[in-house]
Amino acid sequence: MGLIENVKDDGFEGLEHNFVTGQVESLVQWARTRSLWPATFGLACCAIEMMATGAAHYDMSRYGMEVFRASPRQADLMIVAGRVSQKMAPVLRQVYDQMMEPKWVISMGVCASSGGMFNNYAIVQGVDEIVPVDVYAPGCPPGPETLLHAIFTLHDKINTGELLQRRSDNGGGAGLTIEQRDGQSAPLLIRGAQ
Amino acid sequence: MNAEPDGSTETEDDPTPPAPLRYGAPLTDSRGQAVVHPSRDTWLEVAEAALNDGFDHLTDVTAVDFLEYPGRRDLPDGVEPQRFEVVALLSNIATRERIRMRVQVPVDDPTVPTLFDLWPGSETPEREVFDMFGISFVDHPDLCRILMPDDWVGHPLRKDYAVGRIPVQFKDQGASL
Amino acid sequence: MSVTESTDTSDEAVVDPTERVRRRGADSAVLRMSEAEAAQVGNDPHLHADDQRVLLNMGPSHPSTHGVLRLMLEMEGETVLRSKPVIGYLHTGMEKQGEQLSYMQGSTNVTRMDYASPLFTELAFSLATEKLLEIEIPERATWIRMLMCELNRLGSHFLFMATNGMDLGAVGMMIYGWREREEVIRFLEKVTGLRMNHNYIRPGGVAADLPDGWEYDIARLLEMIPPRLEEYDTLMTGQPIWRGRLQGVGAMSAEEAIALSATGPVLRSAGVPSDLRRDEPYLAYDQVEFDVIVGTYGDCYDRYAIRLNEIRESVRIIGQILEAMPSGDYRVQDKKVTPPPRARIDESMEALIHHFKIFTEGYKVPAGEVYAAVESPRGELGVYMVSDGSSHPYRMHVRAPSFVNLQTMPHLMRDGLIADGVAIISSVDPVMGEVDR
Repeated sequence: MGLIENVKDDGFEGLEHNFVTGQVESLVQWARTRSLWPATFGLACCAIEMMATGAAHYDMSRYGMEVFRASPRQADLMIVAGRVSQKMAPVLRQVYDQMMEPKWVISMGVCASSGGMFNNYAIVQGVDEIVPVDVYAPGCPPGPETLLHAIFTLHDKINTGELLQRRSDNGGGAGLTIEQRDGQSAPLLIRGAQ
Repeated sequence: MNAEPDGSTETEDDPTPPAPLRYGAPLTDSRGQAVVHPSRDTWLEVAEAALNDGFDHLTDVTAVDFLEYPGRRDLPDGVEPQRFEVVALLSNIATRERIRMRVQVPVDDPTVPTLFDLWPGSETPEREVFDMFGISFVDHPDLCRILMPDDWVGHPLRKDYAVGRIPVQFKDQGASL
Repeated sequence: MSVTESTDTSDEAVVDPTERVRRRGADSAVLRMSEAEAAQVGNDPHLHADDQRVLLNMGPSHPSTHGVLRLMLEMEGETVLRSKPVIGYLHTGMEKQGEQLSYMQGSTNVTRMDYASPLFTELAFSLATEKLLEIEIPERATWIRMLMCELNRLGSHFLFMATNGMDLGAVGMMIYGWREREEVIRFLEKVTGLRMNHNYIRPGGVAADLPDGWEYDIARLLEMIPPRLEEYDTLMTGQPIWRGRLQGVGAMSAEEAIALSATGPVLRSAGVPSDLRRDEPYLAYDQVEFDVIVGTYGDCYDRYAIRLNEIRESVRIIGQILEAMPSGDYRVQDKKVTPPPRARIDESMEALIHHFKIFTEGYKVPAGEVYAAVESPRGELGVYMVSDGSSHPYRMHVRAPSFVNLQTMPHLMRDGLIADGVAIISSVDPVMGEVDR
């Protein structure tokens, strides 16, 4: 109360401390950027590099991100680190659905991004068939530097608010469209053509 | 797709001398490694004889689908080639001797007796062979899919099962976002 | 079978240890139940109203299951009765993929199996191919392979130290283990160009010679690592909490370990001195001196101590390699399998054509079948290869040590607490990429 009274009486002269003004939205976005908590979703080789990023040498805690949450309900960011198999795909989607909004996804490595060198029956050809992806990190596996770069890119996108806008436009991400590509029935499933 | 036609003349051993026997099954040599060729009927007998002979460690069980390579020549006389072949690798922990057992399995009755009662370590490798090739192991305690989802159709490592490659597509930027 | 069957363990003491692992049914340690059946049991609360047992699902997205391992546990209170590892969540179809890739390209595929020690899978693949080709690789290539593999073993065991510590609540170990691993990885990156998935060991030799000044880097590593292992001893080995958490947990007899086909530290912890480097020397392991570390009780503490001491043995081996590294070629000078050197391509048309042919078509490998095995940080890693005489393997099967060692888990966990289950998973040290392939 005292603050408002002081301003009422003396104008800005009445303030005792420095302060910053801004939109609530930018303040919230700033806060979100600095406290992204990743869900542990290590799958394959990339998970080792993700752990390396969290360890002392690359030290993700500099960006408020060292707290890998085992429960998806406490996490904001899912780093899909590694190849996603047909058997894992429903699990991945369930973990994503359990995360609270706002949530973001980094697809780490070529296997998660596009299937990579494993273009076969077992691997989902890109995790974006299952969940909406915000940033793709290339590499097999991406080094910790690449992952950090992906995280910075995500920070920028969170800061501009671009991501949340997009999500409200299209109603919140891709549906689960995994079908068995077994080759038993000869025609191959072509993505986007069904 | 990689099958050589039958005409390939590359064989390592001359088929004329009759193969020696070990545990009552023909014994051959493949690059210095001993291989016995029991039939499905003698599969368990040979395995048990090998176990009693000191091969206490079942290193692995796997299988090969010879659909696209019918002209293979490394079988001894008297062993009828079939489409599938189940391979069991045994080793003797004390003497470090190794031996391989290969049994021919026809496609119309893909069953082999399980080795579980001799080496309990055969449980998951046999499940993998069942999952990947559709070969059933008779009397196996828990024969179900291990790597693929429970409701998957087909057996991926069979040669008539396509690799499932999809063409790489470059999406329109506007369409997917 | 269902969970209603009674668990009669009254005559446990008189049973032969190998008979114990061979049991079927409700008195076995393995929960032999399909996923659909388990879901049915789990969904029906009235099915066994007077039964105190519950089916608990752990994983596949769980912080202490090392990746995407899933366990179905049959629990009574906090005690684990039967359990079953459910795998396949990382099934990549690598064996199928290996049939599509030529021998030249094959090592890019297999290196992604065991991502904690990628060089060993490359080595086993290359040894199998070389056995089929019947070529001898130059001496320097052999020693470079040995050097790189032992360094990789260091990296893999440091990773184990880090994750084992973290799983058991010694979170500081995570930082220490990675500190050392980074040092090793940095050297591997300098030589191979990548931190992981190196594709460095190829049929016919290695991809590139060691960089200038490698002796200096190795000497520095050899100087740095032993004192840091002393730190580990202070932090963990002698510490009462650490010992209390591991000693006597998940014990297994030698007979059981052999019957379950275990290899590597899991088998050695039970007192079986089995190490392929000594028993069936490949590369030049018969020319270096090292000890095979063997445990006594087969418990989690033995498995931890074996890995810690194997780091010391690897350091010893690397020291001898540093002394003995011969000069010469780093890959075989056989035109059939080796592409021409880069400089020759600019000069000679034939070299260019040869280079192009070898990379597009690959080389043909004589028909036959062969098995080659190496001692990876997790156990016996073998490649069974069938060639039909073309440039692609007809069948390429990898005997993955983690996959087979995983079978021991239900037997180690039986009648233990669920909290000890975490220690057991960690001490078997499965790498799921290798389990599921």
